[in-house]
Amino acid sequence: MTERSLHTGLGLVLVALFVASLLTGVAEVAPLTALKALLTGGEGPLGLVMREIRLPRAILAVLVGASLGLSGAAMQGLLRNPMAEPGVIGISAAAALGAVIALQTGLAASFALALPLAALLGALIGVAAILFLAGRGGTLALILAGIALSALAAALTSLVLNLSPNPFAAQDIVFWMMGSLADCSFTHVAIAAPFIALGGVLLVRSGRGLEALTLGEEAAASMGIDLTRLRLAVILGTAASVGAATAVAGTVGFVGLVVPHLLRPLVGASPARLLPAAALGGAVLVLIADIAVRKVLPGQDLKLGVLMALVGAPVFLNLIWRMRGQP
Amino acid sequence: MRLALLCGLLLCLAPALPVAAAPARVVSINLCTDQLAMMLAAPGQLVSITHLARDPAASVMAEAAKAWPTNRGQAEEVYLLHPDLVLAGRYTAQPTVAMLRRLGIPVAVFEPADSFADMQADIARMGALLGREPEAAAMAGAFAARLARIRAANLPGRRPLAATWSARGYMSGHESLAGEILTTAGFDTLAARMGRAQGSTLPLEALVLADPDLVVIGRIGPGSSRAEEPLTHPALRALTGHRAAVEDRDWICGLPSVLDATDRLKDMK
Repeated sequence: MTERSLHTGLGLVLVALFVASLLTGVAEVAPLTALKALLTGGEGPLGLVMREIRLPRAILAVLVGASLGLSGAAMQGLLRNPMAEPGVIGISAAAALGAVIALQTGLAASFALALPLAALLGALIGVAAILFLAGRGGTLALILAGIALSALAAALTSLVLNLSPNPFAAQDIVFWMMGSLADCSFTHVAIAAPFIALGGVLLVRSGRGLEALTLGEEAAASMGIDLTRLRLAVILGTAASVGAATAVAGTVGFVGLVVPHLLRPLVGASPARLLPAAALGGAVLVLIADIAVRKVLPGQDLKLGVLMALVGAPVFLNLIWRMRGQP
Repeated sequence: MRLALLCGLLLCLAPALPVAAAPARVVSINLCTDQLAMMLAAPGQLVSITHLARDPAASVMAEAAKAWPTNRGQAEEVYLLHPDLVLAGRYTAQPTVAMLRRLGIPVAVFEPADSFADMQADIARMGALLGREPEAAAMAGAFAARLARIRAANLPGRRPLAATWSARGYMSGHESLAGEILTTAGFDTLAARMGRAQGSTLPLEALVLADPDLVVIGRIGPGSSRAEEPLTHPALRALTGHRAAVEDRDWICGLPSVLDATDRLKDMK
């Protein structure tokens, strides 16, 4: 399949799912009436529902999905390991810890960008820890370091939420562990979009470097790739993308695992071509999941992480099965 | 002479009898029984209330509560207070209640008040339990009189639509104290219109589409929580109706002060 036809196909599916997401909700409204209210509906209730509730939710599904798919593909390219996924190796959990600290200390209330910045910092520490512990240690070291980092970050997140004076904070643990896009608004879009865009640019531009890296570090260096700069770009790009996505949607795992896994055969295993396709595919997957959670249990905020784990865990097990015997 | 002595004895005994029947050391382990007992108990009769009674967000008697020692509702600490009556709520930790009963301590369990009628029954029951029937009757009488005045002042006419909406999209049902307060204040409730007798979750979308004239939101607590974030959602702010914050403390317990909330809501019509 050519790159262009793959992108066109994914793009068309994305647009169709975006519209389907706009038409999904507890209130049964005729599609044409709903779309008309979105475009022309004034301050009426249906106009409000379409513009202030469903539109930001659909936009965030695209942004969160694209950033998670992209950072999964980039991390896998950098570590040359198909298991390297932000959720699985604890980067999302570290980002959630940063976000929770910003919220509970009141930092996020004093200035809006504190929330994504703190999540970015959490993710950055997470990526750095993973690279330091398992950068050259193979799959086993990577997964074990990820388990430890996830457990530590999740425990600290629970601790911070339990210490909160707010009676509902402890129940938020489920949100931060499983992720949800319910009741998101344009405030969340405005917080996340700049960081997701910044991270996206850094990651897509490192495609050529990741391509060269498939031949090994020495070969890449001899081709004029600055490996330090490449690593820095992927680390910062992943931290910005995962941090911003987690700050607004909680931990949505497995997107960066499933999407590259499905798309890799279609792009001839080339990291440079995988990156944009993984961004589109991630957006498609999260849109599907976010429509499904609303169809399965209307109005009850089933968490995205539940569906993603149902899809992602079998893929993960399959990868482990195929890597048996490898170091 | 002997007759006189007997009379004297009886006279002594007569007032002493009900006092002997009333519990002397009462411990409350529920926020709502705390406040009702604080209002009705004889001096020195109530020996401990929960720490929640001192929390101004949850209790209308936070200031007065400083006069009593507090507990955290653990069976161990309650037992060591040697109570002869423990007051608990239906949703007080059941293992605590069971353990206290096993230890031979009488526990009176109060259901949450779902209506003004429940409230009046609770006041009478608390009076009977504490041996303070006259005080309870006076309290119930004053409440009934004030309620009648509010109902009489309610002119017939348009009844605007009101809904309560709090963290996690929780809306109280129409067969609840909040429902009766809103109805008495002159509103129709969204819960009644949707046929929801019990409290339930209402998605933000459904609330916005119902477009109520008044949304009573809970006050947002200290710190921060994702559960309360929808209360500041732009779509909720953009609704054409009013928004009002009734403090949780005003109506979580069936206390006579719920009529203060009723009065304030009536003024928002």
